[in-house]
Amino acid sequence: MKILLMIAQRVAIGFAILLLVSAVVFIATEILPGDVATAVLGQGATPELVAALRERLHLDDPAYLRYFTWLGNMLTGDAGQSLVNRTDVTATAFARAQNSLILTGVTAIVAVPLAITLGLVAAGRANSRLDRIISSTSVFLISIPDFLIAIFFVMVFAVKLGWLPSIARVRASSDMIDWLRALALPVATLVISVTPHMIRMTKTAVAEVLSTPAIEMATLKGLPRWRVLAIHALLNAFAPIANVIALNLAYLISGIVVVETLFNFPGLGRYMVDSVNIRDVPAIQFCALLFCASYILLNLAADVIAILANPRLRFPK
Amino acid sequence: MSTAFWQSGMTMLRDMRRRGVSILVCLCILVLAAFIALFGPALAPYSEGQIVATPFLPISTSHWLGTDFLGRDVASRIIYGLRVTLGVGLGITAVGFSVGSGLGFLAATLGGRTEQVMSRLNDAFISFPSMMIALVVIAGLGSSMPVLIITVGLIDATRVFRVSRALAADILVRDYVEVARLRGEGLGWIMLHEILPNTIAPLLAEFGIRFTYAILFISSLSFLGLGVQPPHSDLGLMVKENISALVLGAYTPLYPALVIAAVTVSANLVVDWYIASSKRSRR
Repeated sequence: MKILLMIAQRVAIGFAILLLVSAVVFIATEILPGDVATAVLGQGATPELVAALRERLHLDDPAYLRYFTWLGNMLTGDAGQSLVNRTDVTATAFARAQNSLILTGVTAIVAVPLAITLGLVAAGRANSRLDRIISSTSVFLISIPDFLIAIFFVMVFAVKLGWLPSIARVRASSDMIDWLRALALPVATLVISVTPHMIRMTKTAVAEVLSTPAIEMATLKGLPRWRVLAIHALLNAFAPIANVIALNLAYLISGIVVVETLFNFPGLGRYMVDSVNIRDVPAIQFCALLFCASYILLNLAADVIAILANPRLRFPK
Repeated sequence: MSTAFWQSGMTMLRDMRRRGVSILVCLCILVLAAFIALFGPALAPYSEGQIVATPFLPISTSHWLGTDFLGRDVASRIIYGLRVTLGVGLGITAVGFSVGSGLGFLAATLGGRTEQVMSRLNDAFISFPSMMIALVVIAGLGSSMPVLIITVGLIDATRVFRVSRALAADILVRDYVEVARLRGEGLGWIMLHEILPNTIAPLLAEFGIRFTYAILFISSLSFLGLGVQPPHSDLGLMVKENISALVLGAYTPLYPALVIAAVTVSANLVVDWYIASSKRSRR
């Protein structure tokens, strides 16, 4: 029962944070920019015209009322029409989000096993040459910008070798091969940018488990090293590693914005950037909320996994 | 304090000899970058906006790194861009540290319920995805230097708050703080004369980490076209402007990206070395 209570508490915190995020999004896009009516109508508008538009957009209502109306619309998936081309924001955003989910999904399938293996190796043979190579490469890759990796891949695989397209153009009608070819470079970029973080955190988590008496016992029993690592250490490090994965998928959000823009991939990140560039407010708000919600959900998942997997967390001091 | 400081300095020097050239190279790159940023206009062969030749010329003696999409000298623009990138990065980190560690120290010193409330609020703000918050604020206020520096600086401050509060809490339980409190010293005095000098070493490491993060973040924003706006230009924007060169077989966007990487990689390695050697000197 206690465990359910704790999880319920985390979910409640998640909701509270989401509310706070929505307030920040609302304030930044609706309150800070000043009067929308004057902006829409231009400088030459008569006071009557401005007043009429203010009336129609409910701009004269107190801010908190406008916020709750707005929040209700967003939550029911009614983000309104794009200010630019009158398309339905919700429909576009969900279609784009699907593409982004495919991109992140494929990235996770490649990056997670890779990061766990390398992290485990680095922790298991601490201070060996292999560990030093893995660690220093990670530090190097963490400190370079995502777009440098992407440029490098485009230069080599798209321009020099001509194997893959430099623009990830996909349609609903694209077949499997087209999808894979289009996804190859964006996925490779995201994998390179997210894996080093995961390796580092996995290594720390496993190293911590390796320093426990249980592992010493397993080693003293005469178990082979791989068994100690793959079974005793990995299972005990499961919670922190699951945590690492969830956190890094959340971290992918900023990477995905850059990579989608660079490769012209029709995902949610590029939709968001395009909308910011043309100040398409409803689209910006809905995309931001979708991104924030998935980020908070992933963080929540990380918390819940940690609680479920580690009995000690169930009894806070 | 001062002997400990010198000792750690000596350990770092000894450590440097052991680590050999790599740390020396990194330090040189950072010093060189700072030098170029300071004296940029005097060093650049051409001015920032001057169109000097046809677009996307290859490397030559008159244009060290070729020309960009408008026919401007890439080397000169990198020199000017580095100035903006480093300046904005430093500004962001300065805002982040003054706000973050100020509030962090304050929360720890006040303690009790105030500390609880401040920490929980900060936890809430940390769980916002920073890229989204930056994009939303830029969408609302437009992208200008003050908006960029303050927004990203405040996002940074949430991270700094967490670190400095923890560091300060560790110092506050020491006897000398107790003595200072009994002596009747005020809040500000304790923060400035007891906490700050004793947390400066780890905070310096954190400063390096946040600085590289700020540079990467601002470069990404500029790369998206939402950071530094023309006619100003930073390295991220230069990558974006020239990205079409790749398809034409020119390397133009690679150079500014490499300069960013050189600075951030060096800064990170120097911080790593600093943390490792200050740990060793404490032993």
